[in-house]
Amino acid sequence: MLAHFVDHFDYWAMIFLAMAGLFIVIARGNLIKKLVGLGIFQTSVYLLYVAPGKIVGGTAPIVAEGFRVYSNPLPHVLILTAIVVGVATLALGLALVVRIREAYDSIEEDEILRRDHAPEVTPSRGEGAGGKVVP
Amino acid sequence: METLIVNVLLTLMMLAVVVLARTRNLFAVIVLSGLYSFLMATAMVALDAVDVAMTEAAVGAGISTVLLLGALHLCRSEEAKPAHKPWLPLAVTASAGLLLVYGTWDLPAFSDPEAPIHKHVAPRYLADGPRETGVPNVVTAVLASYRGFDTLGETTVVFTAGAGIIALLRRRRRTTADKEAP
Amino acid sequence: MTRDMVLRVVAKLLIPFILLFALYVQFHGDFGPGGGFQAGVILAAAMVFYAIVFGLDNARKVLPDRLVETMVAAGVLLYLGVGVAGPLLGGNFLDYFVLAADPVAGQHRGIFWIELGVAITVCGVMLKVYYLFAGRGPEDD
Repeated sequence: MLAHFVDHFDYWAMIFLAMAGLFIVIARGNLIKKLVGLGIFQTSVYLLYVAPGKIVGGTAPIVAEGFRVYSNPLPHVLILTAIVVGVATLALGLALVVRIREAYDSIEEDEILRRDHAPEVTPSRGEGAGGKVVP
Repeated sequence: METLIVNVLLTLMMLAVVVLARTRNLFAVIVLSGLYSFLMATAMVALDAVDVAMTEAAVGAGISTVLLLGALHLCRSEEAKPAHKPWLPLAVTASAGLLLVYGTWDLPAFSDPEAPIHKHVAPRYLADGPRETGVPNVVTAVLASYRGFDTLGETTVVFTAGAGIIALLRRRRRTTADKEAP
Repeated sequence: MTRDMVLRVVAKLLIPFILLFALYVQFHGDFGPGGGFQAGVILAAAMVFYAIVFGLDNARKVLPDRLVETMVAAGVLLYLGVGVAGPLLGGNFLDYFVLAADPVAGQHRGIFWIELGVAITVCGVMLKVYYLFAGRGPEDD
């Protein structure tokens, strides 16, 4: 049982991190915190890719004299590019948050939704029920 | 020993995430996410992924912390108190996590040399990569040569994200002077 | 610009070494850990450090917005150019074997230029994003 635990602990840690990230994304209303949670979800996937490629006793996949066992290079390549793409998309998300803050003066999800639905609650002539918010 | 180091680092990361989820001060949240990234980079070194570790340390702990702080500078720094206890999200994520743990039952054990991941294309890269490309770092050889199309796509994604951010943030915020003008 | 002298002196001392390290990571990426993605980010981190300590306006003098925006597109175009060079020289798209008389030398050449293109785009995007966030200024209402 202990051997099974040690053998699969990396998967379970990855699942815990992914679910914690997902929890932050769906339970927390603050948009910046949601993005941090999304980042944690994303990094847990890096772990899911890289951990199975490791061989205990092996070395980093840089071929040199005197080494015979190397860890698997393919997940490293995939994750390397994914990290940089991840930060680019994080920056895109932050740019959206900044624009939302400027339009709604809030980055709390509840507050934004309330403001979005406010024109429908108090009917006004002319504008219709578009739910459009004047910044 | 190596397994122990990796598992200790993973435990520390889980602790950091639990603290992060419970913290409401956004500045502390961002610093904790930087800490988490550094732990991730260290775990990557322990997992022999030195290229990934270098990228994660520079990107995750460096640039993305700076960007998050920059965005926080433009927003409010305290998260509002949630209106109700998050029991439903907790139940959903916990049950999804349990399902995923059930799914790991048949997966190959950590560092099993007979796992399918080590049997497919990786041995060929390791055996022929340095000879065919003259580059001893197999990660660079695969990244730039064998999987050049892939990297071209990733670079284009980075470019597209950059273009999107420029489109979103280039225009100045409407000031009072602009509003008064017709 | 920060008025803290310790920070400014330390920054002046450190930034050349960060730039040198970025170049090392870029050109030694074939033999050790490193490559275009890492070098681009480290280069951008050095400039962000400069911008934080000496102010955004001074950083914009070193690397003007126009140049940074050109870098964003130039890297991808360089990458595509290496790709198109293959068919022009009688090979396939992104085929490095035809770039030099010796196939291994051709691989070296192709990998070198591609890593350079990646580094230029990544550095440009990171810097541009930082400029945009930092130049926006806090809410003052």
